[in-house]
Amino acid sequence: MTIKTPEIESSKNDGDIELSLPLQQDLTDWQTGHEFTVVGKPHSRLEGAEKVTGRAQYSADVRLSGQLYGAVLRCPHPHAKLISIDTSEAEALPGVHAVISQNDQFDIDWYSEEAPLFSDQLRFVGDEVAAVAAVSTEVAADALRLIKVNYEPLPFVTDMDQALADDAPAIHDGDNRVEEDSEYERGDCAAGLQQADITVENEYRTQTALHTALEAHGATAHWSGDELIVYESTQGVHAIHGLLCEKLGLPMNKVRVIEQHMGGGFGAKQTLWKPTLFAALLSRKAGRPVQLLLDREGENLATGNRNSTLQQVKLGASNDGKLTAIKMTCRINAGAYATAGEASNVAGIFQHLYHCENVKTSQVRVYTNTGPAVAFRAPGYVEACFALESAMDELAHKLEIDPLELRRINYTGRDQTGDKPWSSPDGLKTCYERLDEEFGWSQRKAPSSEGSIRRGYGLAAHEWMAGMGNPPAAVFIKLNTDGSADVVTGTQDIGTGTRTVLAQVAAEAIGLPMESVRLLLGDTAIGGVAPVSQGSFTVPTLAPAVRGAGENLRRQILEAAALLLETDATTLEIKDGEIVSTEGKHKSLTVADVCDELAPQSLQAHGSRRANPTDTTIRPFGALAAEVAVDTQTGEITVIRIVNAPDCGRILNSKTANSQVIGGVTQGIGFALTEERMVDHNIGLVLNADLEEYKIPTVADIPTITHAEVNLPDLNANNTGAKGLGELPLIPAAPAILNAIFDATGLRFTQLPINRARVLAALQAQQETAE
Amino acid sequence: MKISFTLNGNAVSVNAEPDAPLLWVLRDELRLTGTKFGCGIAQCGACTVFVNGSTRRSCVTPASSINGGSVTTIEGVNGPEAEAIQAAWEKIDVPQCGYCQSGQVMSAVALLKAKPNPTDEDIDNGMAGNICRCASYVRIRQAIHDAADLASNRREIAADSNVSEATNVGLATASEGASA
Repeated sequence: MTIKTPEIESSKNDGDIELSLPLQQDLTDWQTGHEFTVVGKPHSRLEGAEKVTGRAQYSADVRLSGQLYGAVLRCPHPHAKLISIDTSEAEALPGVHAVISQNDQFDIDWYSEEAPLFSDQLRFVGDEVAAVAAVSTEVAADALRLIKVNYEPLPFVTDMDQALADDAPAIHDGDNRVEEDSEYERGDCAAGLQQADITVENEYRTQTALHTALEAHGATAHWSGDELIVYESTQGVHAIHGLLCEKLGLPMNKVRVIEQHMGGGFGAKQTLWKPTLFAALLSRKAGRPVQLLLDREGENLATGNRNSTLQQVKLGASNDGKLTAIKMTCRINAGAYATAGEASNVAGIFQHLYHCENVKTSQVRVYTNTGPAVAFRAPGYVEACFALESAMDELAHKLEIDPLELRRINYTGRDQTGDKPWSSPDGLKTCYERLDEEFGWSQRKAPSSEGSIRRGYGLAAHEWMAGMGNPPAAVFIKLNTDGSADVVTGTQDIGTGTRTVLAQVAAEAIGLPMESVRLLLGDTAIGGVAPVSQGSFTVPTLAPAVRGAGENLRRQILEAAALLLETDATTLEIKDGEIVSTEGKHKSLTVADVCDELAPQSLQAHGSRRANPTDTTIRPFGALAAEVAVDTQTGEITVIRIVNAPDCGRILNSKTANSQVIGGVTQGIGFALTEERMVDHNIGLVLNADLEEYKIPTVADIPTITHAEVNLPDLNANNTGAKGLGELPLIPAAPAILNAIFDATGLRFTQLPINRARVLAALQAQQETAE
Repeated sequence: MKISFTLNGNAVSVNAEPDAPLLWVLRDELRLTGTKFGCGIAQCGACTVFVNGSTRRSCVTPASSINGGSVTTIEGVNGPEAEAIQAAWEKIDVPQCGYCQSGQVMSAVALLKAKPNPTDEDIDNGMAGNICRCASYVRIRQAIHDAADLASNRREIAADSNVSEATNVGLATASEGASA
């Protein structure tokens, strides 16, 4: 085939092809009913083969020439003053290349309190005292034992309630409150409670939970001349990049952060932690690459946790079930320091989930001598949903209104804190319908009893404050001369499927098959701006930018094709890499042919994510139901089945969406039944900083979990109609399970987790009351 | 001490402390990083390898104990069960973050070798020592069932080709086995 390209030649200006680059327009044609070829399809992960053969390289797998291995010495006391530290014997040990400690006098501060990197005030068991780099992990561990530290133990408080007592030891200056109480009120809550025909009131406690990513925190740092290259296990390569530059006083073009695969984060890897900076400092001191990965004890003590809470909740309602008042006061255990990243917003769900004119919330974070808390998959909402949805269940029971009906009675399509509509006002309503269909809630059996086994059903509604996207984001697509495309982004794939989902969006927008698209991410030196993968932000932020770049590129390809075919670009389309007429007729021209004609020039396009709309509040919602069995002889709780119907807008990939839903629900089962970091408050020590006694669900604990797809495109949110999903499914699991336990046994638990001991104690108390 | 063993079919020798964990020998000395560190106390299964044909948590296996033995890692695991497990894993997209999956695959291969048609209970017993925080368990269970079907088909095919002069009786037995 010979194609004349005089028009293209004549349009050249000193070697550049001048094709009009349209500005990103309103891309609203992805309406419901739009026929997709790639988006929405259950595409398997692009890196699947690498992950089942051990070839995927995680940050922990980086092996550089001359690489040393690091280890961290930690404070064994909950509160202590460091009097002196002597590292000379460790430094003299053969194989040790660098030791860092307070003696180095780094001018670097840490945490929101701006504590020194190596402080002489040690505020929790696991607080970092020194770090070493040696030729092997064993030598590094030997070196730690040779460091002599003289501590002066100080009075401590690890219990949140005791920390607010007048005579409690001060962890920082002041009264152990991290900040002033955060207050909110709309309407008149006291009056609303007065008007109520019925009230329910309870105190709820949620436990400290640990993220437990199987790849611990850590990094490999390598100085190449004056440039620092860091391979980090992180949810945000750009965030680590910026913070490293800030802490080390380096310009941004001298630091590069890389991550291709990461072994789980769940919130704890959304900010920079000390071990990464230690790796950089040790590497600089040793003159060799240093890998510093935490052991499980360090991981469990000092890289964040889901804060425990104490929530006092009071609901008022009229006899027809309408809420007249919601009141919530809570304390949050911040640990010894306030960390960066998402704050735990316990109050949010009380303000948003139900229509109610009179709402009052108050929350305050409290310091204790325990490891600092950090966001953990839906921070605050997981804790709060347990309290609110338990209280709603109690209200439904007392009013003898079906729990689902009570939630419908209190429905709202508006954000009552900003007096704006939700971006999808019917989203939660649709979740209720889908849940009812898939679980058979309305047709469920009455709670039953057979032998010692009692069965029951429970549900919970939920929402998540984020998931709306967190602009800006910038994406660049380069069309290769063979018609394949490289999509260059600055995001990262934390195991959620980002790489695959964004490649689908690019393929769809350009008109290429999936195999012609490569999605690049996880390298700050090549990718444009992108947010941390937290808050379920990644897809709703990046997908619209990828789509914008893809559509721009498609228009350029069509303009070039139109010149070659001597026709109008508006009469052409791209399907599966081929140029076709808008009626679908073949034109004997492919994208590869167009590229070949343009060679050695090539096409490229940019896309960006604009700000979120201000006239609506974007919100993902959902509803979840559980069936459980309780053995009244052993106290064993068996979750039999769970259905979750989450509204995440348009589902871009049903396979990765299913994985997110099932995974989130499973973590919720762990939160409800087994997971709890335990501290002996008398001695201040953590009792289960390992994976033997900190119990997360295994394959044997998992019931049938069904993702009831809602798939309601939210085009008020962004031009792809997709909202974030990652955090949503974890939020309602615990309250639905606990409400099912109530249905089965009549026992209302207000403290998590519910283990056998607590069930048996409650059953005994129930029996004694009956007698 | 000098430790010599067979690694994925090849003879290797390393100098290591007798009590150094096999995991570190594999990852740091031999640079086979497919086997992962998760907990260090044999509670998560991410470091699962085969030692002399049986699953072993390499994080608590002293290097000296494998002297003269054989070790198979995710990089070298093969055979009909391994092929079936990895194919099934990929087909239904078992991994999420994927960090635990080397260990999951090794345990699943061992399970399938021991029990060619495992029940859900067999799977729970055989796989409960392998933690997945992303919670890919539902798909792990499904993929093991899928792999069992696939592996039994492959064994039938292999059996057929071994007896290329197969009698009618032999073929009939094979096809019954495949449909069972």
